[in-house]
Amino acid sequence: MRAYNHFNALVKKEILLELRQQHSLYGMMLYIASTIFVLYLTIGDAEAEIWNALFWITQLFICINAVAKSFLQEAKGRMLYHYSITGPTTFILAKITSNVLLMFVMNIINLVLYTAFLGDPTSSYLSFMGISLLGSLGLSLVFTMLAAIASKAMQQASLMAILGFPIIIPQLMLLVKLSKSAFSEIFREGAPLQIVLLLVALDISVVFLAVILYPFLWKD
Amino acid sequence: MKLSWWKILSIILLFYAVIGGFLLPVPELSQLGETIRNLYFHVCMWFAMMILFTVSIVHSIKYLRNTNFMHDIKAKSYAQVGTYMGLLGYLTGGIWASFTWADPNNPAYASFGSIMREPKLIGAAMALLIYGAYFILRSSIKDMDQRARVSAVYNIFAYTMLFPSIWIIPRLLPSLHPGQEGNPALNFNDIDARMRMVFYPAVLGWALLGVWIASLKIRIESIREKNIL
Repeated sequence: MRAYNHFNALVKKEILLELRQQHSLYGMMLYIASTIFVLYLTIGDAEAEIWNALFWITQLFICINAVAKSFLQEAKGRMLYHYSITGPTTFILAKITSNVLLMFVMNIINLVLYTAFLGDPTSSYLSFMGISLLGSLGLSLVFTMLAAIASKAMQQASLMAILGFPIIIPQLMLLVKLSKSAFSEIFREGAPLQIVLLLVALDISVVFLAVILYPFLWKD
Repeated sequence: MKLSWWKILSIILLFYAVIGGFLLPVPELSQLGETIRNLYFHVCMWFAMMILFTVSIVHSIKYLRNTNFMHDIKAKSYAQVGTYMGLLGYLTGGIWASFTWADPNNPAYASFGSIMREPKLIGAAMALLIYGAYFILRSSIKDMDQRARVSAVYNIFAYTMLFPSIWIIPRLLPSLHPGQEGNPALNFNDIDARMRMVFYPAVLGWALLGVWIASLKIRIESIREKNIL
């Protein structure tokens, strides 16, 4: 029960911080808007395949930027304070939850702007949105753990990309494949469901690994 | 000079693998010709790489359990030799691919773009990128204990994420590489009996050689870090 209260308080703190330090939230939104505007001006009319690939690449970079700061903005003193009031498992779970929520918001903004500028080649917009939310869940889980690792090193932001890209490849490939089901591409019976289950299984295993491994990163 | 039994075994096995590999009879396949003998080198490199990476992660787990600095040195050295084996695996695979897959009408590098999309090659590239990142991570942390701990965590995290991927990706993409369903050369029907006679000793020989190189690196490193061990 105490762990649950801690968890709630920590998630609330993250959301409050996000809302109060508005420069970082608006910064993220501007990042999305300018990325999409650059894409809009450079590629113009994109075919469905390229539209899809570029969407996931923007998701990837938004996730790196949104999640990276969750650990990087923690001052040394504040980590010490967290250390004295709560446990590592609660802390990482709270971080994961708040990052997933943040990434969901960014995902919606990204999707809306993206379709506004680059058109909407999907045949089922809602299922594409569902797939993109599933994708941002997986991305933010993996990158939360990597941000925790990278926050211990120098040049954290670029290090996160180096550490993350090889690990995220299979998930991105699965997501690109899955989102083709929203482009009226014909799939074998049950294949999309299989991919969804695989992604969920991967997400669960990442959470497990984070819970097991984070206590070792926690102590300084 | 005294060598322990497994080092002698490694020397004998590798002599057998190289001499036998080039001279013993092999099945005649028009697609492969004599490049079929590359099996004794190319596939063994990947086996050795995976074995060395596995040993590396075992030492990472051991480090997190008892924070003995020696385990950190071992994890790093095994990962280094494993990466080296992986690069050799790419090199030997390149010889094979340029003979079998590359478009004969174009220069070999023109086929690179289509060859790299092979699931097995993606898996191997992921493994090498992960360990490249592992070394970058190590070099960007100054504090010794922290470096050991953080890199051990990344080693375990990345390795456990790598395995599902190696299993998933081949099922997403078409492949020309042998061994579509599982591991090439492990399947008994895939490989000729005559070749098995050389192949299995060769795997063992190359893996032992990798362990040997790693053990030398560990000794050098532990002498260098003598004052803190």
